[in-house]
Amino acid sequence: MNDLLTLYGKTFNSRLLVGTALYPSPAIMRESVQVSASEIITLSLRRQNPAQQQDNVFWDYIRESGCQLLPNTAGCKSPREAVELAKMSQEIFQTDWLKLEIIGDDYNLQPDPFGLVEAARKLVQLGFKVLPYCTDDLVLCRKLLDVGCEVLMPWGAPIGTGQGLLNKYNLQTLRERLSDVPLIIDAGIGAPSQAAEALEMGFDAVLLNTAIAKAQSPVLMAQAFKLAVESGRAAFNAGLMLRCQTASPSTPTLDMPFWQQAENMLQE
Amino acid sequence: MQVLINGDTHSFESSIELVALLEQLGYRGEIFAVAVNGGFVARSEYSVIDIHDGDSLDIVAPVVGG
Repeated sequence: MNDLLTLYGKTFNSRLLVGTALYPSPAIMRESVQVSASEIITLSLRRQNPAQQQDNVFWDYIRESGCQLLPNTAGCKSPREAVELAKMSQEIFQTDWLKLEIIGDDYNLQPDPFGLVEAARKLVQLGFKVLPYCTDDLVLCRKLLDVGCEVLMPWGAPIGTGQGLLNKYNLQTLRERLSDVPLIIDAGIGAPSQAAEALEMGFDAVLLNTAIAKAQSPVLMAQAFKLAVESGRAAFNAGLMLRCQTASPSTPTLDMPFWQQAENMLQE
Repeated sequence: MQVLINGDTHSFESSIELVALLEQLGYRGEIFAVAVNGGFVARSEYSVIDIHDGDSLDIVAPVVGG
Protein backbone atom coordinates (compact mmCIF):
# COMPACT_ATOMS: atom_id res chain seq x y z
CA MET A 1 0.00 0.00 0.00
CA ASN A 2 1.39 3.35 -1.03
CA ASP A 3 0.84 5.35 2.14
CA LEU A 4 3.32 8.19 2.09
CA LEU A 5 3.54 11.17 4.41
CA THR A 6 3.43 14.42 2.44
CA LEU A 7 4.70 17.63 4.02
CA TYR A 8 5.11 20.80 2.00
CA GLY A 9 4.99 18.78 -1.21
CA LYS A 10 7.74 16.38 -0.17
CA THR A 11 6.96 12.74 0.48
CA PHE A 12 8.35 10.44 3.16
CA ASN A 13 8.00 6.74 3.92
CA SER A 14 8.43 7.15 7.67
CA ARG A 15 5.91 8.81 9.95
CA LEU A 16 8.38 9.06 12.79
CA LEU A 17 10.37 12.27 13.19
CA VAL A 18 13.16 12.20 15.77
CA GLY A 19 15.30 14.66 17.64
CA THR A 20 19.06 14.38 17.98
CA ALA A 21 19.54 15.56 21.58
CA LEU A 22 20.17 13.84 24.90
CA TYR A 23 21.78 10.66 23.56
CA PRO A 24 24.61 9.05 25.53
CA SER A 25 26.96 9.63 22.59
CA PRO A 26 26.93 10.86 18.98
CA ALA A 27 27.50 7.27 17.82
CA ILE A 28 24.41 6.03 19.67
CA MET A 29 22.45 8.95 18.27
CA ARG A 30 23.48 8.00 14.75
CA GLU A 31 22.59 4.34 15.19
CA SER A 32 19.27 5.19 16.82
CA VAL A 33 18.30 7.50 13.98
CA GLN A 34 19.22 4.81 11.46
CA VAL A 35 17.22 2.12 13.26
CA SER A 36 14.20 4.42 13.67
CA ALA A 37 14.12 4.76 9.85
CA SER A 38 13.18 8.38 10.37
CA GLU A 39 13.71 10.63 7.38
CA ILE A 40 13.29 13.94 9.20
CA ILE A 41 15.49 14.92 12.12
CA THR A 42 15.55 18.00 14.29
CA LEU A 43 18.60 19.94 15.39
CA SER A 44 19.46 23.41 16.55
CA LEU A 45 22.01 26.23 16.76
CA ARG A 46 23.90 27.47 19.77
CA ARG A 47 26.77 29.81 20.48
CA GLN A 48 30.10 28.16 19.75
CA ASN A 49 33.72 29.29 19.93
CA PRO A 50 36.31 28.35 17.28
CA ALA A 51 37.92 25.66 19.46
CA GLN A 52 34.64 23.75 19.56
CA GLN A 53 34.42 23.93 15.76
CA GLN A 54 37.37 21.62 15.28
CA ASP A 55 35.66 18.47 16.49
CA ASN A 56 32.01 18.44 15.54
CA VAL A 57 31.34 14.73 15.16
CA PHE A 58 27.65 15.40 15.52
CA TRP A 59 27.56 17.60 12.44
CA ASP A 60 29.49 15.02 10.43
CA TYR A 61 26.90 12.37 11.31
CA ILE A 62 24.04 14.68 10.42
CA ARG A 63 25.46 15.44 7.01
CA GLU A 64 25.97 11.76 6.31
CA SER A 65 22.41 10.84 7.34
CA GLY A 66 20.73 12.11 4.17
CA CYS A 67 17.70 13.07 6.27
CA GLN A 68 15.57 16.15 5.77
CA LEU A 69 16.89 18.57 8.37
CA LEU A 70 14.36 20.36 10.54
CA PRO A 71 16.17 23.07 12.50
CA ASN A 72 14.32 24.34 15.53
CA THR A 73 14.13 27.68 17.28
CA ALA A 74 14.15 26.09 20.73
CA GLY A 75 14.69 28.52 23.56
CA CYS A 76 13.41 31.55 21.68
CA LYS A 77 10.98 33.67 23.66
CA SER A 78 10.04 36.30 21.11
CA PRO A 79 9.11 36.39 17.42
CA ARG A 80 12.18 38.54 16.68
CA GLU A 81 14.56 36.00 18.24
CA ALA A 82 12.89 33.16 16.36
CA VAL A 83 12.97 34.96 13.00
CA GLU A 84 16.65 35.87 13.31
CA LEU A 85 17.61 32.37 14.43
CA ALA A 86 15.61 30.96 11.52
CA LYS A 87 17.64 33.03 9.09
CA MET A 88 20.86 31.75 10.67
CA SER A 89 19.56 28.17 10.40
CA GLN A 90 18.68 28.64 6.77
CA GLU A 91 22.19 29.80 5.96
CA ILE A 92 23.94 26.97 7.80
CA PHE A 93 21.61 24.09 7.06
CA GLN A 94 20.65 25.19 3.56
CA THR A 95 16.98 24.43 4.13
CA ASP A 96 13.86 26.55 4.37
CA TRP A 97 12.18 24.02 6.66
CA LEU A 98 11.78 25.22 10.22
CA LYS A 99 10.37 23.84 13.45
CA LEU A 100 9.10 27.07 14.96
CA GLU A 101 9.24 27.17 18.74
CA ILE A 102 8.49 30.17 20.88
CA ILE A 103 8.27 29.40 24.54
CA GLY A 104 5.74 31.29 26.61
CA ASP A 105 6.30 29.66 29.98
CA ASP A 106 9.55 28.35 31.40
CA TYR A 107 7.93 25.89 33.77
CA ASN A 108 6.13 23.67 31.29
CA LEU A 109 7.76 25.01 28.10
CA GLN A 110 4.32 25.86 26.79
CA PRO A 111 4.31 27.49 23.35
CA ASP A 112 3.40 31.19 23.21
CA PRO A 113 0.40 31.22 20.86
CA PHE A 114 0.51 34.95 20.13
CA GLY A 115 4.23 34.97 19.40
CA LEU A 116 3.86 31.87 17.24
CA VAL A 117 1.30 33.44 14.93
CA GLU A 118 3.31 36.66 14.60
CA ALA A 119 6.56 34.81 13.87
CA ALA A 120 4.91 32.31 11.52
CA ARG A 121 3.38 35.12 9.47
CA LYS A 122 6.77 36.79 9.05
CA LEU A 123 8.63 33.55 8.30
CA VAL A 124 6.11 32.42 5.69
CA GLN A 125 6.50 35.82 4.02
CA LEU A 126 10.25 35.19 3.98
CA GLY A 127 9.68 31.87 2.22
CA PHE A 128 10.14 29.46 5.12
CA LYS A 129 8.24 26.20 5.34
CA VAL A 130 7.08 26.55 8.90
CA LEU A 131 6.16 23.61 11.12
CA PRO A 132 5.02 25.27 14.35
CA TYR A 133 5.22 23.49 17.69
CA CYS A 134 1.90 24.60 19.15
CA THR A 135 -0.68 23.74 21.75
CA ASP A 136 -3.78 21.72 20.93
CA ASP A 137 -6.02 24.80 20.76
CA LEU A 138 -8.24 24.73 17.66
CA VAL A 139 -8.43 28.50 17.27
CA LEU A 140 -4.65 28.89 17.50
CA CYS A 141 -4.20 26.15 14.90
CA ARG A 142 -6.60 27.91 12.55
CA LYS A 143 -4.71 31.18 12.96
CA LEU A 144 -1.46 29.41 12.11
CA LEU A 145 -3.06 27.99 8.97
CA ASP A 146 -4.40 31.44 8.09
CA VAL A 147 -0.90 32.93 8.09
CA GLY A 148 0.39 30.21 5.77
CA CYS A 149 1.54 27.20 7.80
CA GLU A 150 0.76 24.00 5.89
CA VAL A 151 1.71 21.61 8.68
CA LEU A 152 0.94 21.87 12.40
CA MET A 153 2.65 20.16 15.32
CA PRO A 154 0.41 20.22 18.40
CA TRP A 155 1.86 18.95 21.64
CA GLY A 156 0.79 15.69 23.22
CA ALA A 157 2.17 16.84 26.57
CA PRO A 158 4.91 19.24 27.70
CA ILE A 159 8.38 18.58 26.31
CA GLY A 160 10.28 15.80 28.02
CA THR A 161 7.44 14.69 30.30
CA GLY A 162 6.55 11.42 28.60
CA GLN A 163 2.93 11.91 29.64
CA GLY A 164 1.48 10.90 26.28
CA LEU A 165 -1.70 12.39 24.83
CA LEU A 166 -2.98 14.46 27.74
CA ASN A 167 -5.98 16.12 26.14
CA LYS A 168 -7.52 13.62 23.78
CA TYR A 169 -10.69 15.65 23.40
CA ASN A 170 -8.75 18.62 22.03
CA LEU A 171 -6.56 16.43 19.87
CA GLN A 172 -9.52 14.53 18.44
CA THR A 173 -11.21 17.85 17.76
CA LEU A 174 -8.16 19.04 15.84
CA ARG A 175 -8.06 15.86 13.82
CA GLU A 176 -11.73 16.05 12.92
CA ARG A 177 -11.95 19.78 12.23
CA LEU A 178 -8.66 20.06 10.35
CA SER A 179 -9.07 16.84 8.43
CA ASP A 180 -7.01 17.92 5.41
CA VAL A 181 -4.06 19.35 7.35
CA PRO A 182 -0.96 17.28 8.12
CA LEU A 183 -0.86 17.09 11.92
CA ILE A 184 2.19 15.83 13.77
CA ILE A 185 2.08 15.16 17.48
CA ASP A 186 5.20 16.83 18.82
CA ALA A 187 6.45 16.45 22.38
CA GLY A 188 5.25 14.54 25.38
CA ILE A 189 5.35 11.06 23.82
CA GLY A 190 6.99 8.73 26.33
CA ALA A 191 6.15 5.21 25.15
CA PRO A 192 5.67 3.45 21.83
CA SER A 193 2.06 2.69 22.78
CA GLN A 194 1.39 6.43 23.01
CA ALA A 195 2.86 6.96 19.55
CA ALA A 196 0.73 4.14 18.20
CA GLU A 197 -2.34 5.72 19.78
CA ALA A 198 -1.61 9.04 18.05
CA LEU A 199 -1.39 7.32 14.70
CA GLU A 200 -4.53 5.29 15.43
CA MET A 201 -6.35 8.58 16.06
CA GLY A 202 -5.42 9.68 12.58
CA PHE A 203 -2.48 11.94 13.27
CA ASP A 204 -0.11 11.90 10.35
CA ALA A 205 3.12 11.45 12.30
CA VAL A 206 4.83 11.91 15.65
CA LEU A 207 7.97 13.79 16.57
CA LEU A 208 9.88 12.72 19.66
CA ASN A 209 13.32 12.76 21.17
CA THR A 210 13.59 12.10 24.89
CA ALA A 211 11.68 8.82 24.85
CA ILE A 212 14.31 7.27 22.62
CA ALA A 213 17.41 9.11 23.79
CA LYS A 214 16.75 8.51 27.49
CA ALA A 215 15.79 4.84 27.19
CA GLN A 216 18.17 2.34 28.73
CA SER A 217 18.83 1.15 25.19
CA PRO A 218 18.12 4.01 22.77
CA VAL A 219 18.74 1.87 19.72
CA LEU A 220 16.25 -0.78 20.82
CA MET A 221 13.72 1.90 21.74
CA ALA A 222 14.15 3.48 18.32
CA GLN A 223 13.14 0.17 16.80
CA ALA A 224 10.17 -0.07 19.18
CA PHE A 225 8.94 3.36 18.11
CA LYS A 226 9.40 2.52 14.45
CA LEU A 227 7.22 -0.56 14.84
CA ALA A 228 4.65 1.29 16.96
CA VAL A 229 4.23 4.07 14.42
CA GLU A 230 3.87 1.57 11.60
CA SER A 231 1.36 -0.42 13.67
CA GLY A 232 -0.65 2.66 14.60
CA ARG A 233 -0.84 3.85 11.02
CA ALA A 234 -1.88 0.39 9.79
CA ALA A 235 -4.61 0.32 12.43
CA PHE A 236 -5.87 3.73 11.34
CA ASN A 237 -5.96 2.65 7.72
CA ALA A 238 -7.73 -0.57 8.68
CA GLY A 239 -10.42 1.34 10.58
CA LEU A 240 -10.90 0.77 14.29
CA MET A 241 -14.09 -0.84 15.58
CA LEU A 242 -16.58 1.33 17.43
CA ARG A 243 -16.44 1.19 21.21
CA CYS A 244 -19.51 -0.21 22.98
CA GLN A 245 -20.74 0.08 26.54
CA THR A 246 -22.14 -3.46 26.69
CA ALA A 247 -20.51 -6.80 26.01
CA SER A 248 -21.06 -8.69 22.80
CA PRO A 249 -19.88 -12.31 22.45
CA SER A 250 -17.43 -12.99 19.70
CA THR A 251 -17.96 -16.78 19.78
CA PRO A 252 -21.24 -17.96 18.17
CA THR A 253 -24.03 -18.50 20.72
CA LEU A 254 -26.13 -20.72 18.42
CA ASP A 255 -25.96 -24.46 19.24
CA MET A 256 -24.21 -23.90 22.53
CA PRO A 257 -24.08 -27.33 24.34
CA PHE A 258 -25.51 -27.81 27.82
CA TRP A 259 -27.79 -24.76 27.63
CA GLN A 260 -30.86 -26.88 28.38
CA GLN A 261 -29.19 -28.38 31.41
CA ALA A 262 -28.33 -24.92 32.64
CA GLU A 263 -31.96 -23.84 32.30
CA ASN A 264 -33.12 -27.01 34.15
CA MET A 265 -30.71 -26.34 36.96
CA LEU A 266 -32.14 -22.86 37.33
CA GLN A 267 -35.70 -24.28 37.49
CA GLU A 268 -34.69 -26.78 40.18
CA MET B 1 36.84 49.44 21.95
CA GLN B 2 34.93 46.59 23.54
CA VAL B 3 32.70 44.08 21.79
CA LEU B 4 30.51 41.45 23.36
CA ILE B 5 31.00 38.13 21.56
CA ASN B 6 28.86 35.21 22.64
CA GLY B 7 28.44 36.86 26.00
CA ASP B 8 32.15 37.52 26.62
CA THR B 9 33.81 40.91 26.37
CA HIS B 10 36.63 41.24 23.80
CA SER B 11 38.87 44.27 23.31
CA PHE B 12 39.97 45.64 19.94
CA GLU B 13 42.06 48.70 19.10
CA SER B 14 39.51 50.23 16.77
CA SER B 15 36.48 49.48 14.61
CA ILE B 16 37.04 46.38 12.56
CA GLU B 17 35.43 44.69 9.60
CA LEU B 18 33.35 41.68 10.60
CA VAL B 19 35.30 39.42 8.24
CA ALA B 20 38.58 40.46 9.87
CA LEU B 21 37.19 40.02 13.36
CA LEU B 22 36.01 36.50 12.60
CA GLU B 23 39.37 35.60 11.12
CA GLN B 24 41.17 37.06 14.12
CA LEU B 25 39.02 34.97 16.45
CA GLY B 26 39.72 31.81 14.45
CA TYR B 27 36.37 31.13 12.81
CA ARG B 28 36.94 29.13 9.63
CA GLY B 29 34.75 27.35 7.11
CA GLU B 30 31.01 27.70 6.69
CA ILE B 31 29.64 25.92 9.73
CA PHE B 32 28.69 29.02 11.64
CA ALA B 33 26.33 31.96 11.32
CA VAL B 34 26.47 35.45 12.76
CA ALA B 35 24.08 37.97 14.23
CA VAL B 36 25.13 41.51 15.12
CA ASN B 37 23.09 43.28 17.78
CA GLY B 38 20.43 40.60 17.47
CA GLY B 39 20.09 40.76 13.70
CA PHE B 40 21.26 38.06 11.27
CA VAL B 41 24.13 39.04 9.00
CA ALA B 42 24.45 37.02 5.79
CA ARG B 43 27.84 35.59 4.97
CA SER B 44 27.94 37.75 1.83
CA GLU B 45 27.88 40.85 4.03
CA TYR B 46 30.79 39.98 6.34
CA SER B 47 33.15 42.17 4.36
CA VAL B 48 30.89 45.22 4.31
CA ILE B 49 29.88 45.29 7.98
CA ASP B 50 32.05 47.16 10.48
CA ILE B 51 31.95 46.25 14.14
CA HIS B 52 31.98 49.18 16.55
CA ASP B 53 32.45 49.78 20.24
CA GLY B 54 29.56 48.34 22.22
CA ASP B 55 28.35 45.99 19.49
CA SER B 56 27.15 42.53 20.44
CA LEU B 57 27.81 39.44 18.32
CA ASP B 58 26.26 36.01 18.41
CA ILE B 59 28.17 33.33 16.52
CA VAL B 60 26.34 30.01 16.37
CA ALA B 61 26.97 26.52 15.05
CA PRO B 62 24.95 23.29 14.72
CA VAL B 63 24.11 21.39 17.89
CA VAL B 64 21.78 18.58 18.83
CA GLY B 65 18.12 19.50 19.19
CA GLY B 66 14.68 18.08 19.77
